[in-house]
Amino acid sequence: MSRSVNPALLAGLAAIAVLAAAPLIAQTKPAAKPTHPPAKAAPAPAPAAKLGLGREALPEEIKAWDIAVRPDGKGLPPGKGTVKQGDEIFQAQCASCHGEFGQGNGRWPVLAGGIGSLKSDRPEKTIGSFWPDLSTVFDYVRRAMPYGNAQSLSPDELYAVTAYLLYLNDIVKDEDFELSDKNFTSVKLPNAAAFYDDDRETTEKAFWGKEPCMTNCKPEVKITGRAVILDVTPDSKTAPKVD
Amino acid sequence: MTSPAKPDALSRRRFLGGAALAGAGFAGAGSARAEMAKPDPLITEVQDWSRYLGEGVDKRPYGTPSRFEKNVMRRDVSWLTASPESSVNFTPLHELDGIITPSGLCFERHHGGIADIEPANHRLMIHGLVDKPLVFTMEDIKRMPRQNRIHFLECAANSGMEWRGAQLNGCQFTHGMVHNVMYTGVPLKVLLAEVGVKPSAKWLMLEGADSSGMNRSLPIEKALDDVLIAFAMNGEALRPEQGYPLRAVIPGWEGNLWVKWLRRIEVGDQPWQAREETSKYTDLLADGRSRRFTFFMDAKSVVTNPSPQAPLKQKGRNVLSGLAWSGRGTIKRVDVTLDGGKNWQHARIDGPVLDKSLTRFYVDFDWAGQDLLIQSRAMDSTGYLQPTKDELRKVRGTNSIYHNNGIQTWHVKANGETENVEIG
Repeated sequence: MSRSVNPALLAGLAAIAVLAAAPLIAQTKPAAKPTHPPAKAAPAPAPAAKLGLGREALPEEIKAWDIAVRPDGKGLPPGKGTVKQGDEIFQAQCASCHGEFGQGNGRWPVLAGGIGSLKSDRPEKTIGSFWPDLSTVFDYVRRAMPYGNAQSLSPDELYAVTAYLLYLNDIVKDEDFELSDKNFTSVKLPNAAAFYDDDRETTEKAFWGKEPCMTNCKPEVKITGRAVILDVTPDSKTAPKVD
Repeated sequence: MTSPAKPDALSRRRFLGGAALAGAGFAGAGSARAEMAKPDPLITEVQDWSRYLGEGVDKRPYGTPSRFEKNVMRRDVSWLTASPESSVNFTPLHELDGIITPSGLCFERHHGGIADIEPANHRLMIHGLVDKPLVFTMEDIKRMPRQNRIHFLECAANSGMEWRGAQLNGCQFTHGMVHNVMYTGVPLKVLLAEVGVKPSAKWLMLEGADSSGMNRSLPIEKALDDVLIAFAMNGEALRPEQGYPLRAVIPGWEGNLWVKWLRRIEVGDQPWQAREETSKYTDLLADGRSRRFTFFMDAKSVVTNPSPQAPLKQKGRNVLSGLAWSGRGTIKRVDVTLDGGKNWQHARIDGPVLDKSLTRFYVDFDWAGQDLLIQSRAMDSTGYLQPTKDELRKVRGTNSIYHNNGIQTWHVKANGETENVEIG
């Protein structure tokens, strides 16, 4: 800071200091009777009356963004594609990450195989072994694939790729099989029946209402596992393949 | 609200376990005093920062942490994922205190990279089973009545790498997929009132504008309860990596539902079974069946200090610190053990105890240099008691990936080095 300080600026700073001190002085005065009730959390705004904000969405706009597909077929666009056509698209657009046969490259997801592995120590959760609904394949590929060029496949290409994925998972066996909006919901995935809604409050009831032990809770404590044995923490020497 | 703190004298007796150990602690303190017999040049000599002018205002017009805090940052675990655009990094919990996570340290999880959206170009469409489908601009949303709420956001996969055993050394990596900020936004029910939801509506689908088009189905009861459509966090606009300019806030429920860069809400009569709720974020159990729509994050806690990245450095007086949270309500109490669960004491909860928010706890203790096996266990306002990892494995197996809220163990060795372990 220069030595020649503008006196007007100094005065200004002094004024700020005085203002800052003011509330301290006020506190020494006897408390005035509050004119308002103490501040209380107000209830959430009532949505009773419409605010009239926003504008009506045009049919073309809804169509442009309405890309979601449900298990009952809602949202499927008209179109069709065969396993063979899907094979070509898959090799060009998908195989570099997922492998020619959906076996996965590096850490990219495996899409096929894994049947019968779900109870094992190394479950392989693929479309054939795990996914409950075919609509999920169509919906996800449509919105997010190919990785880095999302929403670039046409409806016919989407049906074809989905058909090829069914073929890779042995759900259809014929290379000439054609998937379309007409026959889509007739295809069922093998693991569909294995899903059920959250039941923790029943099956894990024992975790509620326990009075925990505070003293002399166990006679002996033994270390049974150590993270350093694996040595996979970032900044450490090795980075093994872990899934 | 808070648990009663143990008087210090009592805890000291318990932790030191006798006069001999306490004596060792004092010997350490004595030698420290001897070193201080020489005057400290940091005190006796005028230091540069005391003599010369520092940087003026506007040198840091936004503001950054001290250059001595440059290690305080998010970190990823590169072998976890195939590409950084669909990946996760972790909040450095061991470097933080209180309950608010600084915006720049909130863990990130993307599925198609960070969408770069000019707010003037952002649109939110709500359609489906509604009286009148509407499109809102950011300006529209900012003209609506808004709320401020502090909530934690936890990825359902937080601690997911620990299902089969202790794997990563550091609470940043084992527990860092959680953060806690104040969100500002408009209640979703206000927006739904504008479009007029039809009586047949049961589910909503939330969708992002990013290149993954992230979508999740949300039950309408939750949407009408406490969901917020937020544009600000910690008093400023959302960070781009947190969904700028608009995101969903789904208090207490798994982070995957908190769709970022939110562009579309479709109202329907059944869930969409999107990839994120079938192939991911379902919990595979030992019998080969899977739970889905496991929305709630159960009560959980972790000791952040000491921990592998924040070892104990001094004998004598120390502060143990940690975080507890529950997606089902508030934290009622937290217990801490230093001897692997033989004996426990109530931790001292300090700071706000808020609904579905991180809650800070402390134990002030003396350490004589003995081995410690540290755990914390949380109880929430519904009476849920955080289980041990083995209790969880007994009901869920080890294939679940998500919702691992088991009790964490840190082993502090004689030199203060701290390791992620499991005990039996």
